[in-house]
Amino acid sequence: MKFPYSFPLTRAFSLYMGQASLLAWETFTSILAGRIRWRLILRQIVEIGFGSQAVVIVTGIFTGAVFTAQIFFQFNTLNMSTAVGPVVSVALFRELGPVLTGLMVAGRVGAAMSAEIGTMKVTEQIDALRALAVNPIDYLVVPRAVAMMISMPLLVGECIFFALSASYFVATRILNVNSVFFLHHMESYTHSKDMVMALTKGFVFAIIVAIVGCLQGLTTRNGAVGVGRSTTDAVVISSLTILMVNFFLTMALNIVFPAGQARY
Amino acid sequence: MNPPDGNLIEVRGLRQTFGGQEILRGVDLDIPRGKTLVLLGQSGGGKSVFLRHLIGLLKPIAGSIRVEGEEIAGLDERELEPVRRKIGMLFQDGALFDSMTVFENVSFPLRERGLRDEKVIRRKVAEALELVALSGQEAKMPSNLSGGMRKRAALARVIISEPSCILYDEPTAGLDPIVSDTINRLIRRLQSHLHVTSIVVTHDMISTNHIADRVALLRSGKIHFEGTLAELHGSQDPLVRDFIEGRSHEID
Repeated sequence: MKFPYSFPLTRAFSLYMGQASLLAWETFTSILAGRIRWRLILRQIVEIGFGSQAVVIVTGIFTGAVFTAQIFFQFNTLNMSTAVGPVVSVALFRELGPVLTGLMVAGRVGAAMSAEIGTMKVTEQIDALRALAVNPIDYLVVPRAVAMMISMPLLVGECIFFALSASYFVATRILNVNSVFFLHHMESYTHSKDMVMALTKGFVFAIIVAIVGCLQGLTTRNGAVGVGRSTTDAVVISSLTILMVNFFLTMALNIVFPAGQARY
Repeated sequence: MNPPDGNLIEVRGLRQTFGGQEILRGVDLDIPRGKTLVLLGQSGGGKSVFLRHLIGLLKPIAGSIRVEGEEIAGLDERELEPVRRKIGMLFQDGALFDSMTVFENVSFPLRERGLRDEKVIRRKVAEALELVALSGQEAKMPSNLSGGMRKRAALARVIISEPSCILYDEPTAGLDPIVSDTINRLIRRLQSHLHVTSIVVTHDMISTNHIADRVALLRSGKIHFEGTLAELHGSQDPLVRDFIEGRSHEID
């Protein structure tokens, strides 16, 4: 075996990327071929989307609140307290909202997907599906991936809404920033392209969490220990992938949707 | 109606390795249509691995598997679906879907094949559960069933779609003699009434004597013996005798 495959890590990484790409490809060809079970998708939307709301709302509220306070403490020394609104808003739309939602959902949903499918794998339930002429990708992966792609942008929007609400409350009620200036500056510097960026990132992170979670489940081996390992790996791999992909996505999306000027 | 003659499945030169260890070293076996073939062999000898090849759950590294004349060894998952609709498989621990009730498990193949009429589904599930003596257990979750009940519910899930061939992976392992007898009788009944071809992997000689039309013995990754039940009992081959009489040749 020649360079770069002589390095075990390089080999493992290449193998993983290959498996993930194949699973993503098979999932999308299944979706395009219309092999969609709407009942299962609705059930997954309830579990993934509806069930993740509490964690996403709490994350949004406290991130918005603490970020507002920190920016205020810095900007107030420069007499720029009314600039807190736009900074918080743009940061939430372009970065914090999608990334934090992605990480929270990776922890909650990615782990659940991996554990559920992994348990099915080690108890031969996946083989039973195949033996009953049911494709596990159509039955298990497609509903989860579609439900994630629908739920995640909505969760990102929800996270940002609650973060901005908390930001407004902390800035105007606790830190005494003028509410008219706060809202006016926030509105001036926040564009629809920032929202498109947030939703695009949410959509991409949904695919990452679904594919990594399902792949970890489908490749589980060695009984209960293997399920535990797959679950941990699903959270670690999808979280790290979200952070890495986020950087490249930011660079690419900034070409399409450049960070804008105020609409004065 | 008599079943057509000939072999339903023909296996030639089947080889499989796991982690560098050769589990199957060139298995040749014909499975006659409408008969029950019992595959005997030691635990860990590759019987279940062989069975999984017949439905495409494992891909061989070499060899040929023909089901009704069609080569399945090189088919992908989607191409295998028509073959899998004809062949059912009972897994060792049942492999019931643990997020579904018994009713949902047993009705699963019908719904997946597009049946939507709830009345028909309920009737067919009731018939299948009655066949395996599990009437009235529809609402239970698999975790609330005993091992024997799980296996019988899984068997109901297999027979509900009326396959022409059923693969049984250790159907009586871990069951009490009475439940084992129920399953043996059911295998026999399916064969005599519906002409279902059965391949039963086991090391249970009582079961074998009850259900087998033909018997094969897998030894060191190859078919060591193949013949009728009478030929098995008449064999003077020392390995066959050891297996029938349960001798290990170990010194106490």
